Amino acid sequence: MKTKILTIILLIFSSKLSANENIGLDTKIFKNLRCLVCQGQTIAESNSDFAQTIKIVVRDKISQGSNEKEIYEFLSEKYGEWIVYKPKFNYLNSFLWISPYIVLILGGYLIFKYFRKRRQ
Amino acid sequence: MKLSFLKIISFFLIIFTIVVFFIALNVDKRYSTENIIGKKIDSFKIKLLSNDKIFENKDLSNDKYHLINVWASWCLPCKKEHPILMKLSKKDNLNLIGINFKDQKKNANNFLKDLGNPYNIILSDTDGTSSISFGVFGVPETIIINEKQIVIKKFIGPLSTNDYKNILNVINEN
Repeated sequence: MKTKILTIILLIFSSKLSANENIGLDTKIFKNLRCLVCQGQTIAESNSDFAQTIKIVVRDKISQGSNEKEIYEFLSEKYGEWIVYKPKFNYLNSFLWISPYIVLILGGYLIFKYFRKRRQ
Repeated sequence: MKLSFLKIISFFLIIFTIVVFFIALNVDKRYSTENIIGKKIDSFKIKLLSNDKIFENKDLSNDKYHLINVWASWCLPCKKEHPILMKLSKKDNLNLIGINFKDQKKNANNFLKDLGNPYNIILSDTDGTSSISFGVFGVPETIIINEKQIVIKKFIGPLSTNDYKNILNVINEN
């Protein structure tokens, strides 16, 4: 039984890895860019005129040798940080970045405490 | 009374949730162009509408304000703001640069023939990629830059009478 579960987990994990390998840098960037003229869509999902132009610009920048960070910086400079889905880590949002880890540690501690108490 | 650890944690979690909602609901999620104001425009190379010559930012004169207007013949709000651009074209200390956005040369020329040409220079951005350097996401949009090519104002959508007064203040004040 254990071997079966392990095999399934490994299969899922390996397919996820290979899927990620197939995604190009351009698609990765499109998925992290917000379409400013659409409702809740990424540049990758949108067929709007704006999204098509951004796709051309991103591909041009990649062919010119710009990396992911430079492309995000270029677009954030023009359209504000709002265009990037994953926000940059800065002092303003640092608490939001760190809080899930704090909650995770606290939760782990509480579960540990609960089980220890039950055992006693 | 001794408070249990769980009660303290629950209290802080409630406070945390309230604070997060308060901050998140008060954040202005509308698109704003304020971040490009005060910054120098990127260097650009855009083809002229009339011929295949390339116009660069170094070709901009350094003794005047420049109004960069992004427009297209298929854009109805561009027609609406056109009379204001015609009035602005009469101002001596303002150089009007039109960027024809995702348009056909024939249609663009017909538009200017019918409504008048307010521009000193007309550039053609057929695929819209050059306009991205100006933070454009639609038409019409207007940017005012000073002689040092620093962005002073940006208007999204058609220019209104208030915008016209605002532009006059900008070019006369400094």
